[in-house]
Amino acid sequence: MKILVCISNVPDTTSKINFTDGDTKFDTNGVQFVINPNDEFGLTRAMWFKEKQGATVHIATVGGPTVEPTMRKALAIGADEAFRINTEPTDGFSVAQQLAEVVKNGGYDLVIGGRESIDYNGGMVPGILASLTNMNFINSCINLDIDGNNVTAFREIDGGKEKLSSSLPLVVGGQKGLVEESDLRIPNMRGIMMARKKSLSVLEPVDAIKATEDKKFDKPASKGQVKLADSVDQLIDLLHNEAKVI
Amino acid sequence: MSVLVYTESEQGKFKKNALEVASYASAVAKMMGTTVTAIAFNTTEGESLGEYGVSKVMNVKDGSLETFNAGAFAASIAEAVKSTDAKVVILSSSTDTKYLAPLLAAKLSAGYAPNVVQAPDSTSPFMVKRTAFSNKGFAHTQIDTDIKIVGVSNNAFGAHENKTAISVEEISGAADAATNDTKSVEIDKVVGKATIADADIVVSAGRGMKGPENWGMIEELADILGAATACSKPVSDLGWRPHGEHVGQTGKPVASNLYIAIGISGAIQHLAGVSASKTKVVINNDPEAPFFKAADYGIVGDAFEVVPQLIEKLKDFKAQNG
Repeated sequence: MKILVCISNVPDTTSKINFTDGDTKFDTNGVQFVINPNDEFGLTRAMWFKEKQGATVHIATVGGPTVEPTMRKALAIGADEAFRINTEPTDGFSVAQQLAEVVKNGGYDLVIGGRESIDYNGGMVPGILASLTNMNFINSCINLDIDGNNVTAFREIDGGKEKLSSSLPLVVGGQKGLVEESDLRIPNMRGIMMARKKSLSVLEPVDAIKATEDKKFDKPASKGQVKLADSVDQLIDLLHNEAKVI
Repeated sequence: MSVLVYTESEQGKFKKNALEVASYASAVAKMMGTTVTAIAFNTTEGESLGEYGVSKVMNVKDGSLETFNAGAFAASIAEAVKSTDAKVVILSSSTDTKYLAPLLAAKLSAGYAPNVVQAPDSTSPFMVKRTAFSNKGFAHTQIDTDIKIVGVSNNAFGAHENKTAISVEEISGAADAATNDTKSVEIDKVVGKATIADADIVVSAGRGMKGPENWGMIEELADILGAATACSKPVSDLGWRPHGEHVGQTGKPVASNLYIAIGISGAIQHLAGVSASKTKVVINNDPEAPFFKAADYGIVGDAFEVVPQLIEKLKDFKAQNG
């Protein structure tokens, strides 16, 4: 089985978010970038397939040279080969088109991307990629088993989960549950050394439709000070008469 | 040219978000000087959308589409977009619509903006405000394609009555609905309880509860309030509660009217997931817990003393206030 994991390079989950250039750009100053958490669950599940079922795992990222440390981390975790598509990611539609070229040329059986990136939260790349490559698609996937060509998966639904059957080739929008948090891997020294020797190819982008553009950003209004209740009676009174939520 | 809205239903009945997206579509149509057509699947209550500004319902009557199927639903919605010459498609931001919207976007070569929190800033150019950076910021996103797809955040816009004359037409599912061989085998869902996605009130608890055996009082509190239950990331990582209840940056976002956090200190990733909630209440025995800085109301106290009192007092309150 040949697997491609699509990796997004995102600010660490603890990052404070600020904007610059008249609130038109995300301020990267002092921000640590990491593998998008939803992608990391997918990457770890791909490693499981590699170890248990003999899969080959490639990764692909859309971005400039600054994304390479994140890609090297994915290689250190155990991916075999990497592709960087040399253009700044703008909207999800164009990112999906760039990744679709890698998928079409690579003959992948399974493509895993995160359900959404934790920065721009577009949540559309895996689905559009599946459509552009005529592959089956399962989103918000929380469990994935493959036996030959047959796929059994679970996806999260509002208020529960749904069991699905499908077949390869398949695109998965993954999230926590594909593997447990405790199964995520920290690269060891041997993995880091090996990652330096693995292939990281730079591909030039194809022409793509840019469908959306984030013109401006702002932050939620700052909150007033918390009102501490002295008693449960007072809290109920505040929620009923002041906040009017009960 | 019209605005098309996809209204979700379950066993024929509209979900709560259907009325909200219909209201949103009505507001957009007013801005654009046009009308709203809704597409629904196997609904029995299409005419009710007339109360929320919809003038026509295309009800897909197809027994094979009783269960949600992203590929098949996207194919039918795409056909409806073409037959109505819709330039704007409105959907919710539920888990199901986030599954089908990218498929629809690809079919229509349409730009898609999810998690939209208010009526468009403008319709020419078409610009919407949506949450980004996992609720730590907002993006004003311009959709540049001929057809625009907008996913409205739950509880962000509300349902607004706007009575309109309505007609209901029954149609068939799209002919190319079976392009995808992904099929539903089994659905495991809590029935009759509010879900985190559309609940007005969410009662959430963290490691301060000390163990899964103590969740009975959280569920009892939620029952009294008609609320959904949720939890912090460490709690789901420990297996005390299912992943589906994990609220936060890598879990579910919550946009309820009231969010009650019990024994949750308030890590930045958790706060990101709940920042869209309108009123936040914290119960924690540590007055320095970071959540107090993000909350509207709070009680500093032991959850094992405060929550049982809250349950009893709320029972009395409900008895008096209906």
